[in-house]
Amino acid sequence: MVNLETIAREVNARLARPAYRILVCDGTGCVASGSRPVHRRLLEATQGLDGLAEVSLASGDLCRPLLSRTGCHGLCQLGPLVVIPGDGNGREEIFYCRVSPEDVSEIIESTLAEGKPVERLLYRDPNTGATYRSSGTIPFYAHQTRLALVDCGHAEPESIEEYVARGGYASLRRVVTQMKPVEVCEELVASGLRGRGGAGFPTGRKWLAAHRANGSPKYLVCNGDEGDPGAFMDRSLMEGDPHRVLEGAVIAAYASGATYGYFYIRTEYPLALSRMRKAIEDARCLGILGESVFGSEFAFDCEVMEGAGAFVCGEETALLASIEGERGMPRPKPPFPAEKGLYGCPTVVNNVETLATVRWVIERGAAAFRHYGTPLSPGTKTFALTGRVRHTGLIEVPLGTTLRQIVFEIGGGVPEGRRFKAAQIGGPSGGCLGVQHLDMPLDFETLGQVGAMVGSGGIVILDDTTCIVEVSRFFMEFTQHESCGKCVLCREGTRQMLWILRDIVEGRAQPGDLELLEETARAVKVASLCGLGKSAPNPVLSTLAIFRSEYLAHTERLYCPAGVCPALKTFAIDPDLCKGCTLCLQKCPVGAITGERRTVHRIDVARCTKCGVCEAVCRFKAIAAR
Amino acid sequence: MGCASVDTGSTRSRQFLKVNEILQRFNRDSRRLIAILQAVQDAYRYLPQPVLNYLATSLGIPRARVYGVATFYAHFSLEPKGKYIIRICDGTACHVNHSQALLDLVSEKLGIDQEKPTSDDLLFTVERVSCIGACGLAPVAVVNDLVYGQLAPAKLGEVLDELIRVEKGI
Repeated sequence: MVNLETIAREVNARLARPAYRILVCDGTGCVASGSRPVHRRLLEATQGLDGLAEVSLASGDLCRPLLSRTGCHGLCQLGPLVVIPGDGNGREEIFYCRVSPEDVSEIIESTLAEGKPVERLLYRDPNTGATYRSSGTIPFYAHQTRLALVDCGHAEPESIEEYVARGGYASLRRVVTQMKPVEVCEELVASGLRGRGGAGFPTGRKWLAAHRANGSPKYLVCNGDEGDPGAFMDRSLMEGDPHRVLEGAVIAAYASGATYGYFYIRTEYPLALSRMRKAIEDARCLGILGESVFGSEFAFDCEVMEGAGAFVCGEETALLASIEGERGMPRPKPPFPAEKGLYGCPTVVNNVETLATVRWVIERGAAAFRHYGTPLSPGTKTFALTGRVRHTGLIEVPLGTTLRQIVFEIGGGVPEGRRFKAAQIGGPSGGCLGVQHLDMPLDFETLGQVGAMVGSGGIVILDDTTCIVEVSRFFMEFTQHESCGKCVLCREGTRQMLWILRDIVEGRAQPGDLELLEETARAVKVASLCGLGKSAPNPVLSTLAIFRSEYLAHTERLYCPAGVCPALKTFAIDPDLCKGCTLCLQKCPVGAITGERRTVHRIDVARCTKCGVCEAVCRFKAIAAR
Repeated sequence: MGCASVDTGSTRSRQFLKVNEILQRFNRDSRRLIAILQAVQDAYRYLPQPVLNYLATSLGIPRARVYGVATFYAHFSLEPKGKYIIRICDGTACHVNHSQALLDLVSEKLGIDQEKPTSDDLLFTVERVSCIGACGLAPVAVVNDLVYGQLAPAKLGEVLDELIRVEKGI
């Protein structure tokens, strides 16, 4: 049987030897920004074999930095990130942003050899201009509470040994050797942990239902089909700390009585796929998976299944159909998967983030978990913060944190002097929050009351240059395209809503369109078969409630207040700036511009097709769209 | 590119050698249909019709089921795909950061778009994909397995020029 303590001792001895450790972020974001060449250059510069190499210090001593590749830090926008952790003896962590291969020699010469940070690579606050040396003090991180993401970016995701050295798999060992499955379920029920994938169903109750259900074998499915546009927390977790997800999955399997598991992961996430596969392989080699988990009578094994590109497969019954090799179409519930799931057997379907939180709950206990968040929504939640905000990235905060804290304290506010207009939360199934919701606590109940939802946790910040109707159209186009077509309300309803929204943004709105849109949305919400259809109208309904005047401007005055919708623009010539050069007149494809040389031209609005050619060719900036 | 091809006129046993290997690997288990189709697409870069029929017969399931699955999932293609697959992300963050300009550039440069996704020389395929989860770097494009973030159209143009240069051997 595997001895976790021996592994931890060996790793800690290895980590204690080098004077410095250099962590290079190897998440999808930083790789795209070029972290691999930085890592390569660091390897060459330290002439490293196995990441261990020697650098001569000014004092004449030899320094042996250990080079590691880590998972996502969350601040992808500023990548590639390089972190030199503190040594626990007073030397502070150093956090470098936007590192290029050319910076490597300077990092080695000044930071490693002389202990001085390279100032220009440190994080600089865009609002105050202050520089920060370590990540803990940067406002983006200082206002976060990281329970699931605690080791993301601080450890090597591909090293099971390092995971063990950081206390990994000890909770699983305690669970299978000292606790009864029912006790594990009860601990989770007591913690109040709710599913992080969207619906927010209590995790412990789901496990208990599967535990009590008749039927064998039982299955565990980890839902990694994170398809919401603007959400990437599951990807980061699987890439950055795959063993934490796996440990949570094995604990879930033990509690619910499952003997086989599937990790269903999107094909768009190649790095998450390969890291999860490696994690499972390594755990199997150490004997953590297999016939006898930690010498107990509990047997469990699992595999990764690659998705094939269907958003609806994020819905649990559709996902199960997909694992069975069928079209990913949902089926009516009940029976719920916990009673009749994969191949008709009891199946627990849990989201990646839910499973990544399980170890913390078992390790510290339900009471400690309830210390965070609100009474009905305990714990923390990861959010993917994107859109028109200074710092985009992955964050984790206690549930009940306000939107204001997220946008202004963590996200650093809206850039370029623009004004915060709305936050779209929960992707195509969520809704919009406006200025009046800035101080509302974000948790499952409160968001539900205003027609939005936590969803998977994507938050897209919109400023006053974004047209709300256009955003609704964008989400409706997405759900309409992804509707599987099984139930009429979703298939036809989303199509009708999309057509109405297109008419509105293209200036063809009819009287009564808004009422028809609202009525259709309500019908689709009530009568669709699965979560995709039931939540598809949310973006429309929530924006109609908050931004009705903006819709009315489109339908009644044919005017887009944000100036985004091309068909609703009116082009006009500023008589003070027009020199009468006739260039626009010659270029106008429909002859809508009239005027003589050296006299002010004018545009015939009735003829104008709003192609924008005149605006583009005018050398005096006299033509503008309103 | 060592890509298998299907000649509808040749004898079955030789023609489907590669497919048989794949079927063997998955124990001819029809529950693994999606994984089998993924393996076939990896080998052929698309799902040729004769192969789909052959799969249905070998797995003992109706052709309708194989076609149903093959046409349901966005990842599968019944048309040949190009050697380089350019995926332009059109998730929310990329959309508001003008991913349309990247699609326009590809259309202008390579003459391929949503309607006609693959170039005649089978070098390039363009796909508009929903979120690939790199929203912090919007707009994003993926060329085969390489992710390009904070991508201006001009930069994508350089990437494509380089690929064309490599292919034409100039």
